[in-house]
Amino acid sequence: MLEIPVVRWGKPYQSLEVTDVGHFATGEPIAKVHQANGGIIKRDMRQAQKARDALLEFSCEELIERLGNAGDHYESGTLPIGDGTQTPEEFAYQQSSTTGLPEHMCRANMAKNSFVLKNMRKILDCLTRGLPLDVLSRGWGIEDRGVVVSYQCQSPVLGAVLPSNSPGVHTLWLPAIPLQLGLVLKPGPQEPWTPFRMMAAFVEAGIPPEAFCMYPGEAEPGAALLECCERAMIFGGTPTVERYHGNPKVQAHGPGFSKILLADDVVDDWEQYVDLMAESIYINSGRGCINCSGVWASRHTKEIAAAISERVGPVEARPPEDPEAGLAAFTVPGMAPAVWGMIETDLKEDGVTHMTEQFGERLVEQERCAYLRPMIVHCESPDNEIAKKEYMFPFSTVVECPEEQMLARIGPTLVGSVITKNESLIQAATNATHIDRLNIGAIPTTKLNWLQPHEGSIIDFLFRSRAYQVPDEMLPSN
Amino acid sequence: MTTDSTADARLEEQQKQARDRLNAHAVETVQWHFHPSTGSPFWLEKKSELDFDPLTDVKEFDDLKKFPLFEDEWLRGGPIRRWVPKGLDGKPTYVFETGGTTGIPKSRMVIDDFRIDYEMFSETLPDEYFPKGSNWLMLGPSGPRRLRLAVEHLCQFRGGICFCIDLDPRWVVKLIKKGWMEHLEEYKKHCIDQALTVLSAGHDIKCLFTTPKLLESLCTVLEEQGQSFTDTGITGIFSGGTEFTPQWTRFCIEEFFGGPPAESGIYMTPTYGNTLMGLACSKPVTAEEDYKISYYAPQPRAVTEVVDFDDPTQVVAMGETGRVKLTTLTNEFFVPGFLERDEGEREPPFALYPWEGVSGVRPFHGFASQTTVGVY
Repeated sequence: MLEIPVVRWGKPYQSLEVTDVGHFATGEPIAKVHQANGGIIKRDMRQAQKARDALLEFSCEELIERLGNAGDHYESGTLPIGDGTQTPEEFAYQQSSTTGLPEHMCRANMAKNSFVLKNMRKILDCLTRGLPLDVLSRGWGIEDRGVVVSYQCQSPVLGAVLPSNSPGVHTLWLPAIPLQLGLVLKPGPQEPWTPFRMMAAFVEAGIPPEAFCMYPGEAEPGAALLECCERAMIFGGTPTVERYHGNPKVQAHGPGFSKILLADDVVDDWEQYVDLMAESIYINSGRGCINCSGVWASRHTKEIAAAISERVGPVEARPPEDPEAGLAAFTVPGMAPAVWGMIETDLKEDGVTHMTEQFGERLVEQERCAYLRPMIVHCESPDNEIAKKEYMFPFSTVVECPEEQMLARIGPTLVGSVITKNESLIQAATNATHIDRLNIGAIPTTKLNWLQPHEGSIIDFLFRSRAYQVPDEMLPSN
Repeated sequence: MTTDSTADARLEEQQKQARDRLNAHAVETVQWHFHPSTGSPFWLEKKSELDFDPLTDVKEFDDLKKFPLFEDEWLRGGPIRRWVPKGLDGKPTYVFETGGTTGIPKSRMVIDDFRIDYEMFSETLPDEYFPKGSNWLMLGPSGPRRLRLAVEHLCQFRGGICFCIDLDPRWVVKLIKKGWMEHLEEYKKHCIDQALTVLSAGHDIKCLFTTPKLLESLCTVLEEQGQSFTDTGITGIFSGGTEFTPQWTRFCIEEFFGGPPAESGIYMTPTYGNTLMGLACSKPVTAEEDYKISYYAPQPRAVTEVVDFDDPTQVVAMGETGRVKLTTLTNEFFVPGFLERDEGEREPPFALYPWEGVSGVRPFHGFASQTTVGVY
């Protein structure tokens, strides 16, 4: 069993508060995790500039190079974690055992993180729209076309309050290091694995350890982190998003309510898109904010719902080590029955049909955990309450709605896959400010192009474009 | 006989004496509260509901288990006079309140208890760090609570003058419930700013009462201003009111004070208490014991026990976890077994406090998640 300390600017700190993290299915102790108190974070953050200074010793290019190596270490290396070491296989087992995610999905997430690390140059080139990265280091520079530009760094570090249940989100904070910002992370209580392994891989690749703080804990250190980092991310539910709405210091990532819209010009060929819809709903156990939770069409909705149900309805709960396991366990006691209770209430409404019912009980309770098997629910109208819901398992509604009302009725949508060739609908979707990532055509909601920004560009979050004027003698001679 | 066994025998004798004192005090207190000439209207009325006679059937402390558990809901609403023992009629009487974020707050009448409690507490303070005659700063809730008057009396009892800065915890709870976190932050700053102003005004303040959270905020702001807590000149801190954890205590001592009292010259004593009881003192907190915080009630006026979660008449085994049960035995107020909103571990007696204590005090897991705690 690993003992994982608090990390304060690269130095391990043994807290007097230690929590045991156990295997969700067996109770086997997996790790002892030291807990940070909020005061430590507030005190440490007064030294945050030192983290950026340590990274500014390297160019962005050098850091990107090292990140590529870190990707290899992360994916394949045996790395020091806490008081022990960790192989990639151990990582997948440990992450699975505390989060409930099947091991093969943990391995897939490793590959995804590694891919992002290895492709950081390209990703940053796209996110900055080709800006020379030394402009970000220096705070100003001259574009190829001879114009002075300034991007002012808004914080010496990027903080993040991370979730326990969605290892996919970690790609979002990875660009901080090559952008020369320190990383201040509060791992999710059940998921210390990715942040700690990532830090170990970074350090192994030559990134200065003093650029990192790790503050495992519950709510108090999370609040302290958000209070004292000038730029931070948090992952949570709708209340979390609402709480930080309008706070320029905090980028709140909440539920995605991602959707697929089948327009009238393609809906009669709906059978062509069943695989795409099922994949969008089911992949990664439906846990991501990019998983589809609503399929919208003007007709054939019952048939569409039945066809998706045929694909995902029979999926059974399997042990996490099973390579065929497609469902993550609910590891928090009582959560799955509570979710099921909410769904049951919504199912009572007129116009709502549970389409996966014929494939057996959805709630599967085991001794120490529970599963919810995939659910497809047909809604006769967008007014049905359940049409606005999203849950942490493969769950989607299929909503009947006239095409001309769709964009007005879908509500906030992180990923919108609008399957159509209708130019006016494409333009309307392009203009719809409540859709964040827009896919035009037959693209699963879960298929991310890493070269695109996610919920706002991290460059815009961390750097401010502003006026900067210099005398002519500071400009390069023509 | 070895030194250890001599010490054990002495402790055993001390424990017996303490128990005898408690038994006698319990009987005396029950006689007072249930005698028609001295008892309070509340307890005299309650007596008729009991299936035993407190005046004849309570012969020692353990007989208090015959009473049903005290329900703090009884303290909600009036008339407050029903709690005043007839034997104390005519004496100037205070009322102190707890909670009160929503609805009618719980109230307790007090005549001299708070002074007695804090005078007893005064005896536990080391003069080296809480110099007699030095001035105090009370940074915490006043309003309807007991704390401000009690701390001010403690200060005066030790010959000092007390400066007071108020923090209204009911408003703080409202701010949290409304999600007005910016207002919360500003309110906290408002309190700390006032504290810093008083501390900078040449009043020779050497002792402080505050809550852990406010102490942390005070230290943080001082450091942001390029100072340290040492620069305030405060050498003695009496802190309580919100949860104290060993980790927080260690962090505070190591990082804000610069080390244990012998090195930093700053001594902090955690306390545990509320309006229903007196003030439970802490066994001196040391790095050698991993900053473990063990509280000992001011027996025989108040007793804390750690009892089984399901059967509050049974104490748990030594070192085991249970709910904190409080008994208050003064001639002003009688609480025969009240289940606190906290849990902790049962601690053995030691020479300074030869009766049992409780460590690791934290919100009772049964309703910890539903309660807004530690708000100031």
